[in-house]
Amino acid sequence: MAHLEVPNVVFRGVSACVPKTIDKNCDYPMDETDKAKLIASIGVEQKRIANDDTCSSDLCYKAAEQLIADLKWDKNEIDCLIFVSQTPDYILPATSCILQDRLGLSKECYTQDISLGCSGWVYGLSSIASLISCSNGSLRKGLLLVGDTTSKTTSYKDKSSWPLFGDAGTATAIEYEDNNQGFKFHLATDGDGANAIIIPVGGYRKRYSNDSLIYKEYEEGIQRTDLDCYLDGMSVFSFAVSKAPKSVNSLLEKYSIDKDSIDYFTFHQANLYLNEKVRTKLKIDSSKVPYSLKNYGNTSCATIPLTMVTELRNVLVSNNLKHVGCAFGVGLSWGSVYFETNQIACPEIIEY
Amino acid sequence: MEKFLENFAAQFDDTDASEFRANTEFKNLAEWSSLTALSIIAMIDEEYDVQLKGDDIRISSTIEELFNLVNSKK
Repeated sequence: MAHLEVPNVVFRGVSACVPKTIDKNCDYPMDETDKAKLIASIGVEQKRIANDDTCSSDLCYKAAEQLIADLKWDKNEIDCLIFVSQTPDYILPATSCILQDRLGLSKECYTQDISLGCSGWVYGLSSIASLISCSNGSLRKGLLLVGDTTSKTTSYKDKSSWPLFGDAGTATAIEYEDNNQGFKFHLATDGDGANAIIIPVGGYRKRYSNDSLIYKEYEEGIQRTDLDCYLDGMSVFSFAVSKAPKSVNSLLEKYSIDKDSIDYFTFHQANLYLNEKVRTKLKIDSSKVPYSLKNYGNTSCATIPLTMVTELRNVLVSNNLKHVGCAFGVGLSWGSVYFETNQIACPEIIEY
Repeated sequence: MEKFLENFAAQFDDTDASEFRANTEFKNLAEWSSLTALSIIAMIDEEYDVQLKGDDIRISSTIEELFNLVNSKK
């Protein structure tokens, strides 16, 4: 079991940015009865969709600028930046390098891209917190930029995917602080499920070709190209309903954390049916489990910070809170994190 | 198998209990839907601690075939 305790780091703030364009599921072309059932089960009424000119990094950039301003951080003091996404600007160079320059950060800045989806915020947090912690104060301030424009990798003609996914970019600010108890993690991987969520073509295993843009019909209402994301809903559901509760319990047990002491359990916003199965299995009261699914859908790696901003902002800025975050998905990859926040910076949601 | 049939039937609302037999081809039941499939998967996780794959549902046609698959994964 991969457990990790990262002391001497503190959660300073979180922000999120979404595209202006709203895509409403009630307008999606499919049988009305089936559509009503679908919307009720996934819990997504609408989501935000990036236009052709907007990338994940643009959304993260906006979120970062606002967060830096709210925190009154001097950009020269930001020593590291980690960008987590499955939709980078380019195959190369790394988007984190582009963001360092665009944000006007010092050239003495550690930057890195991490390629993860749904589990990405928890994994990214473990990376940046570890980096800052083990620097013993040499790296003091860090930005974790996490976002995806999944609409660009999803076929509009695929009713099993399109209604679910939205786009968002987020920023999380982490800082070195002596004697802070920091973060506690459980992290895990099962690559046997790599095919459960996959864009089959366009990487280097199967290269882009003349056939890559041809739509193939898999069943009624499910058409996509090989460059679009395939989602085996049953396998992902089975994985998550089993592993997410085990991960949370493993974290709580390992670090002797009292479940009742947690103020909020913020889960990756996969879909309402699955998330409610996970919540009830863990026997957590619904008042402690925020959802942003209804208005923003499943925004891949951005779901946890986005949900903190849209659903918890008022309490985040005024209270001291204990959190558990749990994320699970493509990889397959999953993890949970425990942390505390102490009246953090949390700007209102930003539109791009 | 008795208990499995009972658990399986509990995931349906409108289908009569007598319709659930070992040789029932469950995907032909009128009430079967993708949501029932998820419900069955959750039941199997909860009651048998077995994590099925989508293909396990896709290749099984009778309830007994699914039961045998679950047993083989325990």
